[in-house]
Amino acid sequence: MREVAIVAAGMTRFGELWESSLRDLFAEAASEALTSAKADRLDSIYVGNMAAGQFVGQEHLGPLMADHLGMAGVASVRVECACASGGAALRSAFLEVASGASDLVLAAGVEKMTDGADATEVLATAADQELEAYHGITFPGLYAMIARAHAKAHGTTDEDMAWVSVKNHKHGALNPKAQFRREVTVAEVLGSSMVADPLRLLQCSPVSDGAAAVLLCPLDQAKKYTDRPVKIRASVLATSTMALADRKDPSFLDAVKLSADRAYKAADLKPSDVHVVEVHDCFAIAEICCIEALGLVEVGKGRHAAREGLTALGGKIPVNTSGGLKSKGHPVGATGIAQAIEIFEQLRGEAGARQVKNARIGLAQNMGGSGASSVVHILERV
Amino acid sequence: MPSPRYWREVPNRFRLEAAKCRACGKVVFPARRICPACRKSDFEPTALSWRGKVVTSTSVVVAPTDFAQQAPYAVAVIETPEGARLMAQVVDCDPATVVPGTDVRLMFRKITQEGHGGILCYGFKGVPAA
Repeated sequence: MREVAIVAAGMTRFGELWESSLRDLFAEAASEALTSAKADRLDSIYVGNMAAGQFVGQEHLGPLMADHLGMAGVASVRVECACASGGAALRSAFLEVASGASDLVLAAGVEKMTDGADATEVLATAADQELEAYHGITFPGLYAMIARAHAKAHGTTDEDMAWVSVKNHKHGALNPKAQFRREVTVAEVLGSSMVADPLRLLQCSPVSDGAAAVLLCPLDQAKKYTDRPVKIRASVLATSTMALADRKDPSFLDAVKLSADRAYKAADLKPSDVHVVEVHDCFAIAEICCIEALGLVEVGKGRHAAREGLTALGGKIPVNTSGGLKSKGHPVGATGIAQAIEIFEQLRGEAGARQVKNARIGLAQNMGGSGASSVVHILERV
Repeated sequence: MPSPRYWREVPNRFRLEAAKCRACGKVVFPARRICPACRKSDFEPTALSWRGKVVTSTSVVVAPTDFAQQAPYAVAVIETPEGARLMAQVVDCDPATVVPGTDVRLMFRKITQEGHGGILCYGFKGVPAA
């Protein structure tokens, strides 16, 4: 296997982007990545996307997106892994370059969620249709059940979860690409409307449009495209049971632990070696569960991290400096790539007001469904 | 949605039919082809008792369109005495009272219907046991 680097990135703003279609979003992000690397060719494209078929009635995204990038002819496929589609696309691109099959591959993610489809219903298709969605459960509902199980096991409170939103909005307020560039208070979070008890609106990520793209090549060719490549130390995907009911402990995201353990092993690193982290905070409780499963805090201690500043900018291990899914926005297929871009920029020292000093190693964790899929990438400045 | 998709699920949704792995004893609900615990494929049919205990729960306030008129409603992961776990609504009570540890009976109920004049969708729901 060859060593692989990310050499360029492109990303739209996230939000309700009514002026842009699915293909517009992709073309904007992908062309920014190509332009920044001064690349005029590609060997292959991976398009991470969860549900364009349901959101805008469009399948067969591979050729559509290659065409709109002016690259008809290039190999191009869509990768689907629910909300982890972006991370899965990045992994596919990594494997293609690492294997030696291709030398220049675009990994992108895109989702257009505000064109009229009922987002709650579309997202619920990432749950088990026969055993979960049939009974009227929603995604906020599934994570609410995880939250209640976590509360029972570890005493996690609504206020603990509110602190995650407060912290991530504080970070997102500094991110020009974020959907919600404003801070919120604990009182505002706890006063927002109930979505699925105990999760309130400001503990849930929003419905968003957006796209993100990164360009991958072998590390030994990276200097052709940039003088600051970022190496992919590990690219790992793991799964768990599809239905929440089939998890022995519904308060623990075992696919996240499995993906993290494999990634640390592949990179020969441990959690304390990581300087900056993006996790999949689709709901506030998810960040608490993810930092536990990633080994950044002890299991059961995740509830204190945001409140105590451990995971804030300036803290011991800053988490979701981009604002996370909560504040930056969550165009589901694009999220995994956008997380990698935040780490890429942090490691290159390009994160502006959000910069983590001397960040050399970063981790991005992207999740699908109620934790049935988890993708972990570990990146390193070289 | 075509009716075979409902018809196939009748054994588990109407009768709580599960399967017990003859190799390792794992009870799976609904029945599947391969045991998730030992990967053998030798099962004997077994029926779940129509009762269980809430493992975790929520009250859904923002509901899918087909369930909007029922909101807010409790949904729970319920463990039966056989060790099988399933997801179901828990009804005939204040949804806030459905919490981990709540004992429920499982009942045959209408779950929803598809739009106006669509198929009636049946299955099981929990009700508090006390």
